[in-house]
Amino acid sequence: MTGNISQFFTGIDYLLSLPIILLTLFALGILLIDLMIPTEWKWTNAVTAFVGIAFSAAGVLKIQYALDQAHLSGQQAFMGSMVVDHFAIYFWYLFLAGAAISILVSVRYLEIEHEHHGEFYSLLLFSVVGMMVMASGFDVVLIFIGLELMAISTYVLVGFLRTDRRSNEAALKYLLLGAFSSGIFAYGLSLFYGLTGSTNLSAIQQRLSREIALNGGKIGPVAILALLTVSTGLLFKIAAIPFHQWLPDAYEGAPTSVTGFMSVAVKAAAWAMLLRILLWGLYPLRTVYVPLVVFVSIATMTGANLAALTQNNLKRLLAYSSIAHVGYMLLGLVALASVEYPDAAFFDGFKGILMYLLVYTFMNLGAFAVITSLRQRDVIGDEIDDIAGLFSRAPTEAVLMLIFLLSLAGIPPLAGFYGKYFIFLSLIESGHYVLASLGVLYALFGLYYYMRIANAMFMREAMDGTRLPISVGMRVALGVTALATVFIGVFPEQFIRAVNWSLNISQTSAIASLMR
Amino acid sequence: MVPLSYYLALSGFLFACGVTGFLIKRNIITIFMSIELMLNGVNLSFVAFAAQWHALSGQVFVFFVMVVAAAEAAVGLAIIIAVFRTRETLNVDRVNLLKL
Repeated sequence: MTGNISQFFTGIDYLLSLPIILLTLFALGILLIDLMIPTEWKWTNAVTAFVGIAFSAAGVLKIQYALDQAHLSGQQAFMGSMVVDHFAIYFWYLFLAGAAISILVSVRYLEIEHEHHGEFYSLLLFSVVGMMVMASGFDVVLIFIGLELMAISTYVLVGFLRTDRRSNEAALKYLLLGAFSSGIFAYGLSLFYGLTGSTNLSAIQQRLSREIALNGGKIGPVAILALLTVSTGLLFKIAAIPFHQWLPDAYEGAPTSVTGFMSVAVKAAAWAMLLRILLWGLYPLRTVYVPLVVFVSIATMTGANLAALTQNNLKRLLAYSSIAHVGYMLLGLVALASVEYPDAAFFDGFKGILMYLLVYTFMNLGAFAVITSLRQRDVIGDEIDDIAGLFSRAPTEAVLMLIFLLSLAGIPPLAGFYGKYFIFLSLIESGHYVLASLGVLYALFGLYYYMRIANAMFMREAMDGTRLPISVGMRVALGVTALATVFIGVFPEQFIRAVNWSLNISQTSAIASLMR
Repeated sequence: MVPLSYYLALSGFLFACGVTGFLIKRNIITIFMSIELMLNGVNLSFVAFAAQWHALSGQVFVFFVMVVAAAEAAVGLAIIIAVFRTRETLNVDRVNLLKL
């Protein structure tokens, strides 16, 4: 092939990847600027990172308007290897919001740990770049690169406290199991490449369904092996039981602000990748993976809820609770993949997962922000004993934490309720009554361990009666997350509309054309 | 010409060796090498399939897997050095501060 590069990459490609490019530039810029500023001015790196996120969000907004004005549901870029549709844009906003709140929480925490380096913010932005690539990638090559960019940046963030033994250990475990699962995932991708001869998701989908139609509806053993390896990789990344062992260790050892970031943004990115691959690429194989997901989701809810009961470390407790939430979201996947495409359960299941990820971003980041603020000069502050008597030390924070906990448990007037509502609704619509009642039962079960934290905050005496100093960034972060948690709960219409928007469009474009 | 199945058998064998090594070895460096072995199995199968399909995208994937493996090795060895500094051991069984 001859010709210059403009034959392959056009202006529209650069417009569509603008948010990603901007974020990369800012991440590189922080690395350079960091060399020139003295230690006491390191917090300006956070400001730079914030500006980068704002620019990137403006870029996303621009793309969103451009798409809406052209009445387009999505636009391909880089010869079909990237698709910017409403699904991708929804997730992009989610990642940017998660990263912005995490930055607010991090500044003071890093100063206390004496590890305030510019690389922290740079790595945070790089991992968001990886996530954005994952959510919009439509070619397994691109998705894999995005996944690794996110994962490698996060390994370093987890081990950011270099002299802390727990942080090192967490980084090591996360690295080894993360790389192992990536290897399994890549092997499965190579098998799919062998079966279909393409790395593009829609080509994989078309050739798989043709193959299955030619075989009279039977799915070959290689396809099943490939599906098992790919889904093992995906389930590792979202940390569903039995592939969850890395998560509690990584969450406990990581710097607390990084734990918050991992539990929302990294998890949402893994979900975006999982939905892209299972619903766009491997949709013809759904009769095989639905029973698998049923088994995994029951195991996940059971195991995580039981394990969370006995935890005394706050970060570990919330780690198990986050695994349990993955179990509920997997139920949504069961409902949506077990019905035919235009069924109501399909949309409610999808809506449930997206809504869940939205509300989870705010309520979980809020809860982790409170735990982050417990870290003081001489207190590590991640045991339940450390949060005891929080009401007398910092009454506002204690009340906000109660809101986050009730929301995590799914109590109706708060945001967490709506995620669970749509998922259970879709289960009932698709006829999974047993799974729906099991889910509700476990949600009640979860209330117990969340209330253990609340009990410690309000009923017990503080070990250290001094008031808890709370930084400005932390106040803003807590205010935003608490406001979002309450607001989504009380006025959900706007947010349900946003989720519908992200879905409607995927339904008229990619999904609809795939499922015809 | 060597048939495709030979390549696939070798790649499957490499991958299986990697998985086994990852699961049974106790030295962190050896575990890390096992992961590289797994990725090499993946690479071989991608190249074999690319030759089979006369398509380039499989070879492109291999390039990126190599890039990723190199980046992972850089970060991984740095983390291993940090672990060694604080514990003076390379045995994973003794890296056991975090547990239930």
